[in-house]
Amino acid sequence: MTEPQAPSGSVSFAPSESVSFAIVGTGGAGAITAGSLLLEAAGKCGWYGVLNRSVGPQIRGGEAAALVRLATHPAECMSKDFDVLIAIDWKGADRFIGNMPVASDGLVFADPKAGAVPALLAETGVDIESCALKDLASAIEGGRENMVAVGIIAGLIGLPMEALMEVVTAKLGKKGEAVVAASRASIEAGMSEAARSTHAYPLAPASEKTGKRWLITGNEAVGLGAIRGGIRFAAAYPITPATEVLEYLAPSLAKIGGSLVQAEDELASINMAIGASFGGRPSITATSGPGLALMMEALGLAVAAEVPVVVIDVMRCGPSTGIATKSEQSDLNIAVYGFHGDAPHVVIAPTSVADCLFTAQWAVHMAEVMQTPVIVLSDQSLGQARVLIERPADVAFLAGRKTADASDAQTYERYAMTADGVSPMAIPGTRGGQYTADGLTHNLRGTPSGLASDQKSQMDKRRAKIEGFDYGNHWGVVEGEGDTVVLTWGSLTGTAREALRGLTDIKLVALRQISPFPGAALAAALAGAKRVLVVEQTHSGQFLRYIRAHMDLPFEVKQLNREGPNLIGPDEIAARIMDWSAS
Amino acid sequence: MNANAFKAKDYKSDIAPIWCPGCGDYHVLMSITKAMAELNRDPKDMAVISGIGCSSRIPAYTNCYGFHGVHGRSLALAAGLKVSRPDLTVMVMSGDGDGFSIGGNHFLHACRRNIDMTYIVMDNRVYGMTKGQPSPTTEPDWDSALSPGGTGLSPFHPLVIALASGANFVAREFSGDIKNSTKTIVEAVNHPGFSFVEILSPCVTFRPDEREWKGAVHRASVEETDDPARAARRIMTDDGMNTGILYRGHRKPYAAHVKDEIGDASALEAKFEV
Repeated sequence: MTEPQAPSGSVSFAPSESVSFAIVGTGGAGAITAGSLLLEAAGKCGWYGVLNRSVGPQIRGGEAAALVRLATHPAECMSKDFDVLIAIDWKGADRFIGNMPVASDGLVFADPKAGAVPALLAETGVDIESCALKDLASAIEGGRENMVAVGIIAGLIGLPMEALMEVVTAKLGKKGEAVVAASRASIEAGMSEAARSTHAYPLAPASEKTGKRWLITGNEAVGLGAIRGGIRFAAAYPITPATEVLEYLAPSLAKIGGSLVQAEDELASINMAIGASFGGRPSITATSGPGLALMMEALGLAVAAEVPVVVIDVMRCGPSTGIATKSEQSDLNIAVYGFHGDAPHVVIAPTSVADCLFTAQWAVHMAEVMQTPVIVLSDQSLGQARVLIERPADVAFLAGRKTADASDAQTYERYAMTADGVSPMAIPGTRGGQYTADGLTHNLRGTPSGLASDQKSQMDKRRAKIEGFDYGNHWGVVEGEGDTVVLTWGSLTGTAREALRGLTDIKLVALRQISPFPGAALAAALAGAKRVLVVEQTHSGQFLRYIRAHMDLPFEVKQLNREGPNLIGPDEIAARIMDWSAS
Repeated sequence: MNANAFKAKDYKSDIAPIWCPGCGDYHVLMSITKAMAELNRDPKDMAVISGIGCSSRIPAYTNCYGFHGVHGRSLALAAGLKVSRPDLTVMVMSGDGDGFSIGGNHFLHACRRNIDMTYIVMDNRVYGMTKGQPSPTTEPDWDSALSPGGTGLSPFHPLVIALASGANFVAREFSGDIKNSTKTIVEAVNHPGFSFVEILSPCVTFRPDEREWKGAVHRASVEETDDPARAARRIMTDDGMNTGILYRGHRKPYAAHVKDEIGDASALEAKFEV
């Protein structure tokens, strides 16, 4: 681990616990590469951080920005504004620059050769310094503007050259020494520029450096968590922003004796997963809203036939194709209510990128133990965020799928009544366990039946196993004390946590378990509350309606909700809490 | 010949079919269970997968593991099962509506994917379960309440489409010819890759005219081929009533990377360490 060094600026600035910067440039300019390099190097210094990509609709060549926040403490959401904004070019920047506020004491670095600073930014009166990125890069053989930008940021925050070069060498070493040397020279040129600046934004040393940092995205974390949970089969159909889950699983499953099949559509992928699970292999698929809609019928089959399966839904702006690359929490309704018939199942949502790992592992555990579909509601803001975190703790769930033993008795009943509603499942190959899994209403043996008594008893059984399960203390997050509560779920948990940092007497309550509704636990967490602000990234307030459907809210309730693509920020939550009467 | 440990009755369950009297699917059930006995695989190691429709009721009438899934998705269900459990013998049962209409896309991709399993479609050119609507293989002038005067649409040609999509074994049989159907099913199961057997199986309730099939079908007058172009020409120019194995290819079956030993997931963590 490398020690951070004093920033190169001549004036002395007080180190802060968090610094945010944005690198802007057309897709292909290397803005994302620059941001990733800085993030990984920061990890080598023991810092925490997060990188969000803002990319345009074009696959390549559209506007792009790497939004990075580094901190001395775990931080998974962006700050309300940026300390430094550096532009490799301004192409298309008009479209998003309004959503990237620079702090009043912040700094914009702009190359005059890249054109005028967008009016929207210039008008804010923020300090703008000129920096000849293009000339500096072209003066170096093989020099690149994005690497000069890396040097500038590193110089301003005090990120040491050794940490950067460790990452550069690992990434570019195989391209030859000349390439590495060009990167070093570019970064050095940038650091010299930073030293000439009248500003600096030194980041304080990391508060604790326990072990190596992990650099991981939410989509990767979901995949790893699923594998830790025992997933050995995945079916895949590409869809933004879930594809990376599948692309992570493909080689990873191959390494550990599992397999992934690319399906022809989502109808096939969910059915493949159900088929593999029927064969005894814990199975998964990942998708986003449009794909989840296609999967609903087969998920009902998994409920009726009692087949374990996990579906990761990385939510994006809907309805329909919506905005595929931006986040929303608006699949809550379809995940909970999208089944036809009465179909008890489980819906859970990770509360951070790190929690994607735990939540996916928990999902596999619950699917296997309860023999039910489990839908995991991640979203684009978690899935595609790249974070520096501590290594997630090892969690072991001991129970697995209840299976039937081989027998010659010829009396096997697949859907036998049991105390917990879960019947031993015969895995194909088990002698005497032959049965036909069926979506038709069936009797204990699985034989199709139109009897009212079979319909009722099987529905009672399926409800009992979901409602009677011990969800432990995993249902949600409760932090802080106070009679003012911020109540949220999933990805906005980190945003709310950030909003409440430094505020006192405010409680954070966030749900990880959506369905079945954790009524008793939530009621206990909200006991004594006087004011509750419900925060969610939906246009219609799906989450608040969902809670209201299940419990009385005998306190003042206010709502902070909005559709995507503009994420609700920590500053907005803080403002609503601080000025309750205005909200 | 009867040295086999299993008899056809060992593959039959005690559940009585819901089919109408005279339905061709009774014969298909007989052919399937006879073929299973000839294959001599333990019923516990066989899986029969289906979708929705009259023919898709078959799994529960066998004594194998079965899955009666949703409409049109049997091939996907079976693909997941076979890839993750290559040790099982997987047979998929469908009808012309389930397999060629709602499940049409999966049919194409199952042929392409060439997973080692056998797909048997009982073709009666009508939706029977919903009481008589035209299916993709129905003649264009067949009159019905849903399509008065007929659909006017060209019938779907499953054998040609299977061939064009990459199926590794293509055959047509008639349900009433139990002897040949049994033989062909055995060949289909034993042939590596995706084997497709269309069985003309009359619906005497909604298509009483199909009683005539018994006299119309005839054995293919030419030898089977491994040349897809020749097979396609033959299938395109025949009268749709010739039966037998028409094509047997040499494509390598889909190979999944399933290992018996489950590795250690902790080995996957190193890539995330900074």
